[in-house]
Amino acid sequence: MNILYYILIVLGGIFYAAGGLGLLRMPSIYTRAQAGTKATTLGTMLTLIGVGVMHPEWLPKILLIIVFIVLTNPVGSSTLIRSAYRSGVKSHKELAIDELGPHYEKEAE
Amino acid sequence: MIGNIIFFVLVALGIIFAIIRMVMGKTIFDRVLGIDVINIIITGLLVVIAGILDNRLYLDIAIVFAILAFLETIVFARYLEGKE
Repeated sequence: MNILYYILIVLGGIFYAAGGLGLLRMPSIYTRAQAGTKATTLGTMLTLIGVGVMHPEWLPKILLIIVFIVLTNPVGSSTLIRSAYRSGVKSHKELAIDELGPHYEKEAE
Repeated sequence: MIGNIIFFVLVALGIIFAIIRMVMGKTIFDRVLGIDVINIIITGLLVVIAGILDNRLYLDIAIVFAILAFLETIVFARYLEGKE
């Protein structure tokens, strides 16, 4: 039980550090958001499940936090990135697929 | 015990990287993204602290912190939308 707890929280910590590193090193806001959000969501899931293994009587509340994080973190990040897109922030190179652009052009007409 | 210390060092690394991005950030959105990542990391950290101190109260604090972090990101995003 103890070993599983330590393995899970160290894995979660590695994902947290990787998320921070991606935030620092990626070239543009879109790639940064992808690195930061995905890695920290998985890190939170691993860490919280680790604590739940150590204290099984806390599992309902911990599962509530996990569900909340998994639902809200991508929503918040994608809202932020949509607002960056509508403000005209450029990607580090030309986008190969841009499905959002025609949608907003049609809306503006 | 050593596992806890490794976890705290890794979390500190993640928070320091996010703070550097927050200070450097080219656009305002980079800074808000840095705050978002720091909030998520702190939510996980609060739950681990609850386990180490064996105190359930910190779980409630983590829930409230997660809700406020989500609200903060949404409010910033909607407020900044369409501005240069």
